[in-house]
Amino acid sequence: MHDILRTFAERVQAAAAARTPLCLRAGGTKDFYGNTPRGEILDPRVWSGIEDYEPSELVMTVRAGTPLAEVEATLAAQDQMLAFEPPHFGAGATLGGCVAAGIAGPRRASSGYTYGSLRDFVLGTRLLDGHGRLLRCGGTVMKNVAGYDVSRVLAGSLGVLGLIVDVSIKVLPRPRAEATLQFECDEPTALDRLNDWGGEPLPLSASAWQDGCLRLRLSGSEAGVRSAVLRLGGERLPEAVAQAYWQDVREQSLPFFAGNTPLWRIAVPSTAEPLALEGAMQVEWGGGQRWLRSDLPAADIRARAQALGGHATLFRGGDRGQGVFTPLSPALHAIHQRLKAEFDPAGVFNPGRLIRDL
Amino acid sequence: MDDSAVIESRPEVIDGLRRLLPARALLVAAEDTRPYECDGLTLIRQRPMAVALPETEAQVVAILKLCHAHQVPVVPRGAGTGLAGSALPHAGGVLLSLAKFNRILGVDRRGRTATVQPGVRNLAISEAAAPFGLYYAPDPSSQIACTIGGNVAENSGGVHCLKYGLTLHNVLRVRGYTSAGEPVEFGSLAPDAAGLDLLALVIGSEGMLALTTEVTVRLVPRPTVARCLMASFADVGDAGDAVAALIAAGIIPAGLEMMDQAATRLVEPFAKAGYDLEAAAVLLCESDGTVDEVEAEIAHMSQVLRDARATRLQVSTSEAERLTFWAGRKNAFPAAGRAAPAYYCTDGTIPRKHIGQMLKSIQAMEQRFGLACPNVFHAGDGNLHPLVLFDDSDPDSVARAEAFGAEILEESVRLGGTVTGEHGVGVEKLNQMCSQFDRATLDAFLGVKRAFDPAGTLNPGKVIPSLHRCAEYGRQRVTGGAVSFPDLPRF
Ligand SMILES: Cc1cc2nc3c(=O)[nH]c(=O)nc-3n(C[C@H](O)[C@H](O)[C@H](O)COP(=O)(O)OP(=O)(O)OC[C@H]3O[C@@H](n4cnc5c(N)ncnc54)[C@H](O)[C@@H]3O)c2cc1C
Repeated sequence: MHDILRTFAERVQAAAAARTPLCLRAGGTKDFYGNTPRGEILDPRVWSGIEDYEPSELVMTVRAGTPLAEVEATLAAQDQMLAFEPPHFGAGATLGGCVAAGIAGPRRASSGYTYGSLRDFVLGTRLLDGHGRLLRCGGTVMKNVAGYDVSRVLAGSLGVLGLIVDVSIKVLPRPRAEATLQFECDEPTALDRLNDWGGEPLPLSASAWQDGCLRLRLSGSEAGVRSAVLRLGGERLPEAVAQAYWQDVREQSLPFFAGNTPLWRIAVPSTAEPLALEGAMQVEWGGGQRWLRSDLPAADIRARAQALGGHATLFRGGDRGQGVFTPLSPALHAIHQRLKAEFDPAGVFNPGRLIRDL
Repeated sequence: MDDSAVIESRPEVIDGLRRLLPARALLVAAEDTRPYECDGLTLIRQRPMAVALPETEAQVVAILKLCHAHQVPVVPRGAGTGLAGSALPHAGGVLLSLAKFNRILGVDRRGRTATVQPGVRNLAISEAAAPFGLYYAPDPSSQIACTIGGNVAENSGGVHCLKYGLTLHNVLRVRGYTSAGEPVEFGSLAPDAAGLDLLALVIGSEGMLALTTEVTVRLVPRPTVARCLMASFADVGDAGDAVAALIAAGIIPAGLEMMDQAATRLVEPFAKAGYDLEAAAVLLCESDGTVDEVEAEIAHMSQVLRDARATRLQVSTSEAERLTFWAGRKNAFPAAGRAAPAYYCTDGTIPRKHIGQMLKSIQAMEQRFGLACPNVFHAGDGNLHPLVLFDDSDPDSVARAEAFGAEILEESVRLGGTVTGEHGVGVEKLNQMCSQFDRATLDAFLGVKRAFDPAGTLNPGKVIPSLHRCAEYGRQRVTGGAVSFPDLPRF
């Protein structure tokens, strides 16, 4: 084991022996997300650097403490990208934190490659668990069904199973061409169109509706984007304006996201009707992700999300004491408890961050 | 559970099953259970204590509860096309067939999803979605026969996975039961269900974590057009380099498959695909999308392939011709079945850059083991399917075939890859799991198993080798050089 990792492992074992919680935290850009962090800080940023990257293998293996910006710049130099377009939410974002948070950006709703959540691109990890064991799950190849896919479970785990040490991530070539189209329409019309177009072979790579305006991004080959633009009509945004807009959607820097009103992320099947809840709305991911700024009681918002076949997360602000995620069914909760006990029996890693009593 | 134990037939369990199921749904006599004694890995067989073919979910739950109470192993089974023995029955267990759960519960055109029972065949989903211009993307070569329940359990792939993803990327939700018969639902129609992503664990878990009774898959729009490029190479190394060159040029083909000369010569008499039989290797490279898009991409691919020393290029000019190009590739396994008394297909996956080197190593092994081994594979993913041809009536030939397969898997691990890209570990690759993973990681897998199935009754003994087994395997490898299989107890 590398000296730095040995230090981490000793720290974990000591914390387990003393039953003192550890708060896994690198740049702290996602401190706002999930249930309130607690515990002594373990900062993985000393474990930084790109371990392996061969563009023709479409894989990059990265130490968890590596700045996300460094990862993206290295990929961009080879005309490649992280296809899930993760938000950074600040200059200090690291790849490990990004994977642990599991949050994807606008490109999540890509139809070109049909998938785009962060976990879809995780190929392998090394994990330091609560026993101080360094586990190597998954691998660096495109397809791998040897053993359980523990790596992908770490995506979005908010660190509750252990410290993600390295991640091997699948990367993709950057699209050769992009175009953003804009349409004036109300929310029901936007949802209708998004679901209609989603069923056509169009190279959609992002969508956002807000305040009577639907914007669509197309990504692919020159020819594919050109024919889609002809097919869809609408007003084409200048490329610089478009790029700035999608960057703002990704980083939540649009005026919609400013201010202190609680921000809810409501995930629903894309065909779900408008939420019709009091508050400002932004629709993304072809209709599957709806952002809501609202002071309504959590119970009302959760009930509405559930009625539409989805779930609601108190993403930013609001009263976080009651738990920000949708509670699990008893059967699933029991599995979570047992998984936590297997990986982190002393309960040292990020207690309560993902599930309040774990 | 110790995988060498042989448990006696237990009348109280059989009686219990008789009370739960109509006579037609329970098989106990040896001649009735024999058809279930293996899956697609025919080298290893074991009859179960009983075969249950439930017809309702209530019966499924009752069987699970009964077996759980009596600590009897339950092995789920779909179509039995799996190639790793994941559905191999347990001597003292119940084989639970989901064959009767074969209804498509709904296709949602607007939402682009299909909700189906686990026994629905892979191809049947795409057929049901076809009127809406949609299809289910993962297309294993066995798609006419294999079931979505089996696909979920194995995280199956197909020739279009490089671009469209594996089962994992195309399944939204799995509903089912734990080994104790408790209802569970993983994932959801909405993105990113709450909690840990247990769906990602259940997919590819080889039926060991939960029993699936309903699956919702994502459907995708059928591209306007697809065309396939067939490229010949004078050397397998060149073909391997061409694969890397395509990816490096920023191209993600809809399909990228390779066949070596032994494979093209094997399938051509049946498929009449027009393969270049003089070429050392043939690449099939597909482009899909709109008409303009495909035209531009085919031109780009052709240029890259020519620069990568392709000796001949041919582009399909019609849908019929495209399907002919694929026919040979998709029928490689049946062709192998006709060319030799038996074939043994392994499933290692390696970094693409090592493809040429791997094929050369396999050629050397052909000499060493005295068996032929044509190669077909998902080149874009680096997923090999060497087909070791052998004679299953000759024990020595069987032993050599098994040793050959094991050697290929070991080589895959050495090259930085994995022992299985899409077929699963089952019982077949238990030994090589000892080479791929250290004990701590294998123990963590056992922890995952316990978290889902504390009693250990759901498909026990698969995927994760015991400490003892790895020690035994290590000893053999040290003393024998190459592994000798005949005296190795498999159970
Ligand atoms: C000719 C041929 C070609 C093939 N080509 C490919 C290919 O291109 N790509 C590929 O990935 N595979 C391929 N395979 C392998 C095989 O078809 C797949 O693994 C397939 O997914 C198995 O499906 P099945 O219904 O036959 O499952 P089975 O073999 O019956 O079972 C497989 C596993 O699934 C479990 N299982 C089945 N149903 C359930 C359920 N409802 N709940 C929980 N567990 C369940 C079983 O316990 C077992 O562990 C091929 C096989 C053959 C014979």
